[in-house]
Amino acid sequence: MEQVSAPALHSRKKKAGKINHFATPWTLKNAAAKGDWKTRLSFLIMGFGNFAHKQIVKGAVFLAGEAAFIGFMLASGGHAMSMLLSLGGKAQQKVWNEAKGIYEYAAGDNSLLILLYGIASIAIVVLFALLWLASVKSCYKAQYQQEHGKHVNSFADDVKDLFDTNLQGLLMPLPLIGIFAFTLLPLIFMISMAFTNYSREGDHLILFNWVGLQNFGRVLSFGGNIGKTFWSVLGWTLIWAVLATFLNYILGMILALIINRKDTKIKGFWRFCFVLSVAVPQFVSLLIMRTMLQPNGAVNVLLQEAGLISSPLPFFTDATWARATVIIINLWVGIPFTMLQVTGILQNIPKELYEAAKVDGANSVVIFFKITLPYMLFVTTPYLITTFTGNINNFNVIYLLSGGDPVPVGMTAGKTDLLVTWLYKLTVDQQFYDLASVIGILTFVIMMVVALVTYHRSGSYNNEEAFR
Amino acid sequence: MKKKRSVSRHAVNWFVHIFLALLAIIWVFPIFWVILTSFRAEKGSYISTFFPKSYTTANYVKLFTDTQVLNFPRMFMNTLIVAIFTCIISTFFILSIAYCMSRLRFRLRKPFMNVAMVLTMFPGFMSMIAVYFILKAVGLSEGSMILVALVLVYSGGSGLTFYIAKGFFDTIPTSLDEAGYLDGCTRWNVFTKITIPLSKPIIVYTILQSFLAPWLDFIFAKVICRANADYYTVSIGLWKMLEKENIDNWYTCFAAGAVCVSIPIAILFIVIQRYYADGMAGAVKG
Repeated sequence: MEQVSAPALHSRKKKAGKINHFATPWTLKNAAAKGDWKTRLSFLIMGFGNFAHKQIVKGAVFLAGEAAFIGFMLASGGHAMSMLLSLGGKAQQKVWNEAKGIYEYAAGDNSLLILLYGIASIAIVVLFALLWLASVKSCYKAQYQQEHGKHVNSFADDVKDLFDTNLQGLLMPLPLIGIFAFTLLPLIFMISMAFTNYSREGDHLILFNWVGLQNFGRVLSFGGNIGKTFWSVLGWTLIWAVLATFLNYILGMILALIINRKDTKIKGFWRFCFVLSVAVPQFVSLLIMRTMLQPNGAVNVLLQEAGLISSPLPFFTDATWARATVIIINLWVGIPFTMLQVTGILQNIPKELYEAAKVDGANSVVIFFKITLPYMLFVTTPYLITTFTGNINNFNVIYLLSGGDPVPVGMTAGKTDLLVTWLYKLTVDQQFYDLASVIGILTFVIMMVVALVTYHRSGSYNNEEAFR
Repeated sequence: MKKKRSVSRHAVNWFVHIFLALLAIIWVFPIFWVILTSFRAEKGSYISTFFPKSYTTANYVKLFTDTQVLNFPRMFMNTLIVAIFTCIISTFFILSIAYCMSRLRFRLRKPFMNVAMVLTMFPGFMSMIAVYFILKAVGLSEGSMILVALVLVYSGGSGLTFYIAKGFFDTIPTSLDEAGYLDGCTRWNVFTKITIPLSKPIIVYTILQSFLAPWLDFIFAKVICRANADYYTVSIGLWKMLEKENIDNWYTCFAAGAVCVSIPIAILFIVIQRYYADGMAGAVKG
């Protein structure tokens, strides 16, 4: 984060004199106060002002947008939004068809589709509001430019601007639509499920209702089955995230230091050995590990053949063993990765610091804890935060390795399940969508809190010049 | 005194190298194991010896010719097609947003960067089911549309991961842009004629990274393909080979498949690392 925002800050300082550049006279307020009748009419008939100022194409675009929006609202949007309140209540019904002598099914409501269409309609309304704002501003802009004797942009000028001063208008829309459709909209959709009873429980898979904060109460309570599972899964998720992040970090750094030692020979070869394991796709190496560690997998069989153990080791069948196994295997996955990330930074630690420490008679352990580690923590705090939140969401390692096993009888989550794998099981296997969505929201809240607190307390935020 | 110190240093050196060798063995062991398994002639996952009793290449032949139960060649083609399109769309999205965030100044720039930061913090799996329902509602969840859906899922939100490329663009001196403007360039000219040619490392990095996503992802593909075996990607295929009903027949083929998929990915990964390092070093070296 630090590296990312630093250049932004820098450029802001440089551009401070120009920051008012964004403030233009053509605002909604000015358009309402100072607009002539043409501009005011454009409040109702979008693009009217543009037509009046001979910006035909632009005006046509705005007008077409308005027509399409009204058409959409009349055809389906209005209905979709009105259904959002009740989420529908008509169940599928059997109707006796006299003529054919059979029962026919009359389609009932599907709350999920109602919710989806409702939210999509709201999104379209918001987008239309933005378009409306843009049209009003553009009409007033045309009026303003004419009043002040400036050149009123023709369509060709606007297109030319798209490649120059308004380049963002050309480059941004498509990626933004992608983000909107595949990140933002699904997210809002999923968050809204947290306030319904959309779940297999009580047969609410087709018809469901708004239930307010009830699901949050169930998940956060210490009483019920779900509440107990939540707190134990949360506890393990945090333990896992702390251990996985810091063990990987410190051991990976030590490995990098050992390889970087002056006296270590064939450095490239050692690095290659470790990088190889990062280069193999994670799901492949994790699936391999999993088969090797099964009760009749390679490790157990070979140990038994060698006579070292009499019965298979319970890698994924005993809770403590399973937790230790996933952490150790995560070390296998993560240490080379940390090594790659920190090697470059380690070489940048000022040599004078080490020389001074040596003169003072510090041994290598003291040097590591007093110089290397603080320096690295200082520089890599943003990296650590991302790794930590990444580990809270470390779906692959848990799901592909242990699958959350061992699962106690009657529980929805296993002993090695993280919040995200539990969320996955609750949706895909159990179809408790309402609870899963609450868990997703809570996971997000935890990650935000962790990220904000650590970042604000870290040296790289409070004391930017410590190592300069 | 001096001699004693050099002896102890010698001992430490020996110790360090033995330690490294041990670690290297631990790290390389599973990879070595999978390569061995892929050439193993005995079927099934239950083995009693470390080294196979006899070697064969039949596993590779079966993997690419036995298309009755699990059609690996087809999965490979599916993944390749999805990867190529994902890579084109994502690269365009990421570079566009990164350039706008780094070089252009407009009113919604800062708010967008903050929103992007928050959005990336939500667990991706949370929206997964919702994405599936949306794709279903617009009719992209059946037949060959599944491949289109996969491309959209992998590339759609990619605009949010612009931070690395933006960091790179920030290192290109603005004086170059200004020189361009003086010569009458438009912003578009500056972007395509100055920024892009100077950004080779980060462009290669972005291209490879987005090309790899469909090969590495397992979860989204599984949720979107469901039971449509014709549109499986390799990662689902490999997972299927290890399921209870297939593992006896397909375990050694799984190893062969893992080797086939890993070799190109490993090569790409090592290339990415080089370009990543170059990218981090900045655009114009003093």
